[in-house]
Amino acid sequence: MAERPGHDPRAFGPRAQGSPIPGVPGIPGMPEIPGLPGSRDDKPQGPKKQDDQPERPRPPKEESSLNIAVRERVKAYPGTMTFLDLIRKNKRQSALLMFIMIALGVVIGAVIGAAMSFYVGPSESSILLGASAVGAVVALIAAGGGAAWSFYSGSDALLRMAHAKPLAKEMDPELFNVVEEIAIAGGLPMPRIYVIGDSAMNAFATGRDPEHAAVAITVGLRQKLTRDELQGVMAHELAHVRHYDIRFSLLMATMVGLIAFATDAFLRTTWHIGASGRGARSRGKGGGSGAGIAFAIALILAVLAPIVAAIVQMAYSRQREYLADAGAVELTRNPKGLADALRKLAGDTDPLVDTANRGSAHMYIVNPLSKMRRNPRERASLMSSHPPLMERIARLEALMR
Amino acid sequence: MLWIVLGVIAVVFIVVLLWIIAVYNGLVKRRIDCDNGWAQIDVQLKRRYDLIPNLVETVKGYAGHEKDTLEAVVKARQQAISITSDAAHAAEKGKVEGELSSALSRLLAISEAYPDLKANTSFLQLQEELASTENKIGFARQHFNDTVGRYEEARQTFPSSIVAGVFNFDKRAYFTLEDAQQREAPKVSFGS
Repeated sequence: MAERPGHDPRAFGPRAQGSPIPGVPGIPGMPEIPGLPGSRDDKPQGPKKQDDQPERPRPPKEESSLNIAVRERVKAYPGTMTFLDLIRKNKRQSALLMFIMIALGVVIGAVIGAAMSFYVGPSESSILLGASAVGAVVALIAAGGGAAWSFYSGSDALLRMAHAKPLAKEMDPELFNVVEEIAIAGGLPMPRIYVIGDSAMNAFATGRDPEHAAVAITVGLRQKLTRDELQGVMAHELAHVRHYDIRFSLLMATMVGLIAFATDAFLRTTWHIGASGRGARSRGKGGGSGAGIAFAIALILAVLAPIVAAIVQMAYSRQREYLADAGAVELTRNPKGLADALRKLAGDTDPLVDTANRGSAHMYIVNPLSKMRRNPRERASLMSSHPPLMERIARLEALMR
Repeated sequence: MLWIVLGVIAVVFIVVLLWIIAVYNGLVKRRIDCDNGWAQIDVQLKRRYDLIPNLVETVKGYAGHEKDTLEAVVKARQQAISITSDAAHAAEKGKVEGELSSALSRLLAISEAYPDLKANTSFLQLQEELASTENKIGFARQHFNDTVGRYEEARQTFPSSIVAGVFNFDKRAYFTLEDAQQREAPKVSFGS
């Protein structure tokens, strides 16, 4: 895969090899970024910091081992695979994860409800049931309000949080044109473009639907990519927009929050009742063994459910990343651009700690927080929001054969 | 008993009617997407026509004696504008637009020989705009073909093909390039 001569899948149009954009560093109001390399380097860049990998002291060696890992992984995919196959596969897996999430919510609700009805005898139930009903309504209103708020103004808040500044066409015509080209390819309205004054390499998309979409890119990433690579990155972001990923991950986050809240409320209530010495077993006649079993199951579920929900949420997030990669190729018909960009991103070790947190990490093209990127071949962990870069590059390069 | 039978028939009839309406609207929506996709190609072609006079003027200032190349571009542009853009003239239009592309690429290739021209900021801007417009034309064509693909899929697959047949939804053709010369991306060198 490393040596692929003259690959040019697109039939139309010349593509200018991007030059470092003179406009970007001079954007008014942008913080100065010290230490950005002035010259663009077309070769994939090795990691700059090696402090966590003493056994591999030299960057070129690390890079070539990434190449080997990618090459081996590519063989796992059938040679006839197209981006359409990838998209179908990703959609199936996303639908499965969504189903698991809903089923989890239904099961946990039913079991907790059953346990509560066993647990609370008819005599004392009215007050507690009334209280818990009020609590449930309050929780629903709070969750709904939160979801509605993030639905309508979440993207602006996120852009503010990332210190993103809106970009006018005169400041960077090339970036503007690249985004416009992709928007045309996807039949999407032109999104707003923002720049983040940070030397770390990253980009994200936000917006509840294509009409309200925005893409943001850090100055660090903007300056290091060629036009083809930039096109790949922007296509990945617009694919998120096109697939309504922002809306879906919001829905996911709301459900995870609700499950966590419900189980938490259940655990607190049982603890409270248990402490006041009026549990099912102390009452003797009311429940018996049925209540005990239901209660034990509910307790175990209440502890496990939030963890399982979070794992499903992250698996879903990783799936959407793969889907956006495949969707980017659908738009550009050029897997190489995005694959090369991801290779460059793999070499970047700067975390975006000031502007990103766990809540917004899944929005970015690569995990802005993780140390994982220092070792791109690391396997996906259950709780990571992004798939390993090696695997993403391998899937893209599988399309290039 | 009669009422039950009649009721069942009525329900089935309503369901089928709703299904037909949904499929019909879906087909119409996809056909509109095709028309819109075609119109978007024209928008980008028009953008290219608009950029050319500026480019020709700028190049003239530095390389006025490259008359043949400049005139070829102007002539190809005139020719391309004169052909209306509809399904009947699609092949002809594609051919002429291809000629315009190659005339433009020759012009830009010649510009390489003039360092002063290459240092001119407005020329560089025009070059970027023109390169991007070429890409946009390509992407608009790609998007048009995507919309045609979705329309044809709905039109030809069962059971929506029944509705498409009854209401005479006509076939839409993909945009294709006629000959190999046009399929080649115009060689525009943007040497550093």
